[in-house]
Amino acid sequence: MHDQMPHHEHSMVSSHFIKAAHQPIQARSWRTLAHRTGLEFKRHPFQSSLSIILFALLSLSGWAFFEWGVLNAVFLPDEAACQLARPEGACWGVIAEKYSLILWGRFPFEEQWRALTAVVMIMLTLSLSASGAMWRHGHRSWLYVSWVGCALFFEILMSGTFFGIDIHLGLTKVESELWGGLPLTLLLSIVSIALATPLGILLALARTSDMPMLKTFASTYIELVRGVPLISVLFMASFMFPLLMPGLKSPDVLLRVLAGITLFSAAYTAEVVRAGLLSVSAGQVEAAQSLGLGYWATQRYVILPQALAHVLPGLVNNFISIFKDTSLVTIVSLYELTGALGLALNGDANWRPFKLEGYLFIGLIYFCFCFALSHFSQKFQHSQHHHS
Amino acid sequence: MNNPSVIEFKLVNKWYGHYHALRDINLTVTEGERVIVCGPSGSGKSTLIRCINALEDFQSGTLKVNHISLNEDLRNVQMVRQSVGMVFQQFNLFPHLTVLENLSLAPIQVKKMSTEHAHFLAMAQLTRVHIEEHAHKFPAQLSGGQQQRVAIARTLCMEPKILLFDEPTSALDPEMIQEVLDVMIELAAQGITMICVTHEMGFAKRVASRIVFMDQGQIMEQARPEIFFSQPQHPRAQSFLAKLLDH
Repeated sequence: MHDQMPHHEHSMVSSHFIKAAHQPIQARSWRTLAHRTGLEFKRHPFQSSLSIILFALLSLSGWAFFEWGVLNAVFLPDEAACQLARPEGACWGVIAEKYSLILWGRFPFEEQWRALTAVVMIMLTLSLSASGAMWRHGHRSWLYVSWVGCALFFEILMSGTFFGIDIHLGLTKVESELWGGLPLTLLLSIVSIALATPLGILLALARTSDMPMLKTFASTYIELVRGVPLISVLFMASFMFPLLMPGLKSPDVLLRVLAGITLFSAAYTAEVVRAGLLSVSAGQVEAAQSLGLGYWATQRYVILPQALAHVLPGLVNNFISIFKDTSLVTIVSLYELTGALGLALNGDANWRPFKLEGYLFIGLIYFCFCFALSHFSQKFQHSQHHHS
Repeated sequence: MNNPSVIEFKLVNKWYGHYHALRDINLTVTEGERVIVCGPSGSGKSTLIRCINALEDFQSGTLKVNHISLNEDLRNVQMVRQSVGMVFQQFNLFPHLTVLENLSLAPIQVKKMSTEHAHFLAMAQLTRVHIEEHAHKFPAQLSGGQQQRVAIARTLCMEPKILLFDEPTSALDPEMIQEVLDVMIELAAQGITMICVTHEMGFAKRVASRIVFMDQGQIMEQARPEIFFSQPQHPRAQSFLAKLLDH
């Protein structure tokens, strides 16, 4: 009790502090403010000094960034001006100059509207999925329909064909090796998340099942895959397949890489889901069994909804790392966002020095997607709160 | 007592590793009987009734429920479970589903009932346990007594022939015990076969057609309640009752 006293007083003081700050600016209230601040400082000299130091450091670096990124920066794609501004000013001109290569990779220049349309379509479907109303019973089938539609349009727009079949839309055929930039990043991450999650759930169920064979298989798979870096999985997916299956026409590199990322992420997803399965009490299974529910009905309607809700933060963590791990596909010559940036700048001696600005640009894109994802998951978790 | 038997234990033995949990259990329950199982903790009462819907297996002997033999065959287990309802000490309601969804899940998934029909049935059972006004709440929003009544209604929705109660009031605050017992007394009056593990001896006296006293994995004594409570035969039953009365 004695330990908690200062803390309690502290919160009292800060609530007064806030009230004081909201009053109209008058000399008296300023004096109160100063007085309160003084009191605060006397009570918690260490924390207060730390806050002041942190605030000072943040302001300093914030100002430095502002100077570099705005005041001294060059916004026009003028290479000479950029060179002059170095190193005191940023060169955002590099983005203006190279944005189409960064965003769309090697996709043919005159066809880039198709890549743009594909990305816009994905974003629309994503935001549709983020709205709570769509998850309610009865609307959910519309969500599936829109994702299937989105996938089909994506394929038609990007390749110009329908899974290799010419459907005479007048679109030039674009090989999947040429897909790149943002559409490729989104394709790789969404498809591998969508496939790795159910696969991971099945692996987790197998690992927690009573059947020794399944259990051993799942444990071995998970431990093997987790023991290998993704980059080597991608390398194997891309180069080992033709070696292991000689004579067979191997599927194109994009499909092999998708399979690689999916199989890799499934192992991680499985362990997160397993933690969730273990967190549901045995009584839940017994209650479901005693009502006559079979294994799959028990898992689907009773155990998994609870297990997945418990580990949602871990799952989102996993999704975010899959999203960012897609940047490793550069190793097998697929140029998604990060790869496309390298492609855009490495080959051009004039603009090569401005990689930092390029990385900040794609960093911002990655950040926006991850932020939206974590924001959505928080909203989702909030809506789950009344259950417990 | 010409009613057909619905549960038949014959020389059932169960071990947990080296621990002998059930010893040579012979027990026959006929339709409409209300059997109260009592005995000190660790005597095998819960294990006994959990065998009836195959939540526990056993190593030797035979057990028939509704004339279906409980053996390794999973289809038999499923059939038995559909005709045997169970109420647990910890309620075990599904926390992510509303009361109504808790009740209609099994009828929809197991009996392939339409949602409307299942909801209609669920409301009828909720009315039976006097809790229909909470149909759209989540379990966590209800008191313990209300949750246990929902759990009873949930098993009733599957229209079981036999109801098992595993210490249904042991996890409840004292003031909530009676509302659950009242519901169980009403059920008993309606003639459903009940097997109930409980320490509520007042309830036992009132509803039981037979008391089964267990100790150390064995059935020590079986008797009508008026005989069991006034003239227990076995010394262990005598000391068990004496302790309960002291309490």
